[in-house]
Amino acid sequence: MTNKIGAKQWYLENFKIFESKLNGESESSFHKVRHGALRKLQELEFPTVKNEEWKYTNVKPVLNQNFTPAANLKFKTDNSILKQEYLFEGFDHHLIVFVNGLFNPELSNIGRLPQGVIVDNLKSTIKNRPELVEKFLHRSKIITAFDALNALYAYDGLFIFIPEGKALVKPIHVMYINGDNETNVLSQPKNTIIAESNSQVSVITNYVGTGSKNYFSNIVTEVFTDANAVVDLYKIQNEKTDSFHIERTEIHQKKESVFSHFNISFGGALIRNDINSTLDDEFCECNFNGLYLANDKQHVDNHTFVDHATPNCLSNELYKGILDDESHGVFNGKILVRKDAQKTNAYQSNKTVLMSKKATIDTKPQLEIYADDVKCSHGATVGHLDDTAFFYIRSRGVPSSIAKSMLIRAFVSDVIEKVKIESLKEKLNHMIFEHLNREEI
Amino acid sequence: MLSIKELKAQVEGKDILKGLNLEVKAGEVHAIMGPNGSGKSTLANVLAGNEGYEVTGGEVIFENKNLLEMDPEDRAREGLFLAFQYPIEIPGISNSTFLKTAINEIRKYKGLPEIAAKEFLVLMREKAKILGMDDNLISRSVNTGFSGGEKKRNEIFQLLMLNPKLAILDETDSGLDIDALRIVSNGVNEFRSRDNSVIVVTHYQRLLDYIVPDFVHVLYKGKIIKSGGKELALELEEKGYDWVKNSELTAASV
Ligand SMILES: Nc1ncnc2c1ncn2[C@@H]1O[C@H](COP(=O)(O)OP(=O)(O)O)[C@@H](O)[C@H]1O
Ligand SMILES: [Mg+2]
Repeated sequence: MTNKIGAKQWYLENFKIFESKLNGESESSFHKVRHGALRKLQELEFPTVKNEEWKYTNVKPVLNQNFTPAANLKFKTDNSILKQEYLFEGFDHHLIVFVNGLFNPELSNIGRLPQGVIVDNLKSTIKNRPELVEKFLHRSKIITAFDALNALYAYDGLFIFIPEGKALVKPIHVMYINGDNETNVLSQPKNTIIAESNSQVSVITNYVGTGSKNYFSNIVTEVFTDANAVVDLYKIQNEKTDSFHIERTEIHQKKESVFSHFNISFGGALIRNDINSTLDDEFCECNFNGLYLANDKQHVDNHTFVDHATPNCLSNELYKGILDDESHGVFNGKILVRKDAQKTNAYQSNKTVLMSKKATIDTKPQLEIYADDVKCSHGATVGHLDDTAFFYIRSRGVPSSIAKSMLIRAFVSDVIEKVKIESLKEKLNHMIFEHLNREEI
Repeated sequence: MLSIKELKAQVEGKDILKGLNLEVKAGEVHAIMGPNGSGKSTLANVLAGNEGYEVTGGEVIFENKNLLEMDPEDRAREGLFLAFQYPIEIPGISNSTFLKTAINEIRKYKGLPEIAAKEFLVLMREKAKILGMDDNLISRSVNTGFSGGEKKRNEIFQLLMLNPKLAILDETDSGLDIDALRIVSNGVNEFRSRDNSVIVVTHYQRLLDYIVPDFVHVLYKGKIIKSGGKELALELEEKGYDWVKNSELTAASV
């Protein structure tokens, strides 16, 4: 369906339908958030390339189509939608499944949870734990029109709460299956992960696509890591090749917390990630790891921002990409070290390998340092697979196709090595070769 | 086994090899010596098929085949092996995966079935033992985080695992202490046989105490300017390269 009325108008008008379907839920205090977002969306315009933050990413293709908010639709889904190959195997986990951003209890297998731990969907949390929703979800930042859009139709999504001192041993495996055969869907999970002080949790989010129609995933994820909490968040994005995927991830870190993010990007036609961490308290550690693998005409844009607001924190960022065919990558890594943030250690590295003459990357490290006693480094390289290493491997009798695969594996290895779940490493290596159409090694 | 005639090669437009001749027969060990920058590594790389070097003239026949027409992987499969002066690190690929892949590709080329897992393991253990390498080194990524000496040792380990016909060792002795030198030489001598040949590239005589060559050649400015028996290496050690350079220049000017 092409857009006859503007995107903004379309989404504002559909809100009436959405609201009428909410029934009792529109009485909840959370509905105020949506009305706040409604005013915001009326005010804001969707970004254009004239906007510095969106200079290299033209979202016109996303706005030229009318996507119908999933909550306004009735889907006929059967259980075969969850394919075995989507699931990560080799380790025990709690499985929670969302179809077009809506919780699917039949496909989920959350299993037993320790006392007080919540692994649930937003919709029922609004009903069951309104005080948590009030405390954590009512203040979400709305920066772009996409954020406003997410909040406007905020209806369902992941909700994780780990109470003080609890460690969830098994990772939480979150499957998002998007797309449909009849409608161009707007899938908008609103995800919240709350780790109270001294708690620990590992979350794997996995986005996949299905159906014949293309769709738009517009996601907002917020992570609250309280004092001494350890949170690992793996994002493995493997949407359908003609779909659009935009996510804002906001991380709030308190004293001595450790947050590690893995942003692994495979699928989608246009992908934009905004990942922002605010180090609100001393001795925080923030690790941003990223891999972007793209081919055909894929466009992958990663914007990261680490805000060193307090002294004695450490941030470590490693983003690597392999771009083939006519794909286009964007990396914008901002580090802000505020005046009071003495003894900051902030490291950033971005490396891209271009596998074809037509693949391109725009990379921009952005360091703003206002404190004087800091250790910061950053570097960005763009290149090709190493010729000497390529020759070395072939000189052992290995054909060039496999030699290339070995070099690909070598290139991504320092990011993969940081993955803490052993069987996930192998799976990711496999997905990399599959996505780049390379022989597996 | 190997016949090099009037070989000329360039690197980045600069003439490096300027008409080099060499004959290596099965079972022979040839040492190529020469000062830094004389073209020793260039010769080794040209023979192994490094595309960064451009052959501008001459011919190389290896086991009755035109070597210069072959891709590097085919040269290896035909039985040529180069131990690199600067071995490459390949993080994320274990030594065993690397070698198993190489062995099976070579076997496939020869129409042989893949090596059985057990046989491979036994072979690895046996060859590692010769070189005094522990199992941990084998499961680690290729050369990643290895010391200079460990890398050189690993090259000879690969040599023994792949068991080619001709081994070219490019400065395998550099960066080795005396114990490591002995072990590595021992590995090379293990490889020596009636059917196998070795070209030892070095600029010190030291290595040749352990790997005793049948012939010694002096490479200077892209040409072999003197050849002789193993005594030549000792003479070079004693008198320095200037001695050959000068005597050769005099000879040439006559
Ligand atoms: N990759 C390269 N790029 C430019 N010059 C090179 C390269 N490799 C070798 N050379 C030059 O070729 C000449 C011969 O080098 P090399 O074969 O490495 O000598 P050797 O191994 O005898 O020390 C030197 O002058 C060196 O500077
Ligand atoms: Mg050399």
